[in-house]
Amino acid sequence: MNRAGAASTESRQSLIEAGKPIFVQIAEQIENDIIDGVIEEETPVPSTNEFAAFHRINPATAGKGVNRLVEDGILYKRRGIGMFVATGARQRLVGARTEQFRANFVGPLLSEAAKLGITPEQVATMISESERKSSTS
Amino acid sequence: MTDSIVRVAGLTKKFGAFTAIDDVSFTVERNKIYGLLGRNGAGKTTLMQLLTGQQFATSGTLEVFGASPVENARVLQSLCFIKESQKYPDSFRPDHVLASAPWFFAHWDAAFAARLVDDFRLPLNRPIKKLSRGQLSAVGVIVELASRAPLTFFDEPYLGLDAVARQIFYDRLLEDYAEHPRTIILSTHLIDEVSNLLEHVLVIDEGRILIDQDAEQLRGSASTVVGKKTDVDAFVAGRDIISRTGIGGLASVTVAGLSAAERAAARATGLELSPVSLQQLIVQRTTSDTAESETVTTTDAWSARS
Repeated sequence: MNRAGAASTESRQSLIEAGKPIFVQIAEQIENDIIDGVIEEETPVPSTNEFAAFHRINPATAGKGVNRLVEDGILYKRRGIGMFVATGARQRLVGARTEQFRANFVGPLLSEAAKLGITPEQVATMISESERKSSTS
Repeated sequence: MTDSIVRVAGLTKKFGAFTAIDDVSFTVERNKIYGLLGRNGAGKTTLMQLLTGQQFATSGTLEVFGASPVENARVLQSLCFIKESQKYPDSFRPDHVLASAPWFFAHWDAAFAARLVDDFRLPLNRPIKKLSRGQLSAVGVIVELASRAPLTFFDEPYLGLDAVARQIFYDRLLEDYAEHPRTIILSTHLIDEVSNLLEHVLVIDEGRILIDQDAEQLRGSASTVVGKKTDVDAFVAGRDIISRTGIGGLASVTVAGLSAAERAAARATGLELSPVSLQQLIVQRTTSDTAESETVTTTDAWSARS
């Protein structure tokens, strides 16, 4: 009976996925915006209440996501003004994400390749070939 | 930091032979948004009536703002509870309700109420008896929001509200809560719609508190493992199994708390893992009696029944 309403809420709420802590998702979204350069270093990030209103989530939950980045030194608080992106935050995030990339993608890629008898050199060749294809197309 | 405004211990309420609330204990902390969730007839409304002094407890203790709410003007002034089936005097119109609200609510904001009337397009001078179900719900929502009561209960607030009105309700609730923090208890069986608004979740089933947990801890606290029955059974052996369904040689089992390493191990053996939403988790917990049967307990099964 409430299905009619689901569609209209979808656009905004689809940014938040079910089954994963929301504060983690908020922290990741801010991180992505910093990595993509949407939010530059030494500029303010939206307030907790702005995040809460935009995503229609509990303000305390949004605050938890922001605080996590403060603990990591990615954001810092300017008294009475709000949260700002720390200098060097982007570089540190890219470094951390590169490590995650290695663990989450390169590791499984090589173990699957080994299972099929593909050598790391052959994998490297495959990667540069598909890179060429995608850049010409 | 923890500042409990409601303390309940061993609370029981019987109606004749029927036990509506069965030995319940919990606390409610100041300025959080709680979800009081459960199936129809689980005891949600009875519990709220006990907390607001509209029912007498059969046994157990109950403190709201440090005292029993029964016949206690100081406590009752700080509460706002409009039942889903709220009755108004026969001749009443919405403007009468709004005019009398300041007599009951010390923090009443008339300007905010007027803005909400515009938002919900509520006809002020039509008899309440002639209002649609959605408009009747809007009257309750407007009073509850504009009351700014330190402890506000919403009982199935959006019954009959259209999609636009429900979005207005969520937006105004969050905006006003941010500016005027207060304790909110949102009672509903439609969990998906409100789950992101909640900071803490109380799930009641057959008069007992089944879950009393931080919403964020609850989210992501379970995963569904899908795959060949033999593989799934081997993987979930010895784990906390929340629910299990299956068809033929396939099994789908929801288990609590998997570490990153355990997830990787599951994927390595060819099992599929999927997250479990708050609603799915609660549905599975409250249908646990039938968990072993082959009936499919999906999110929609509950909505359809209600």
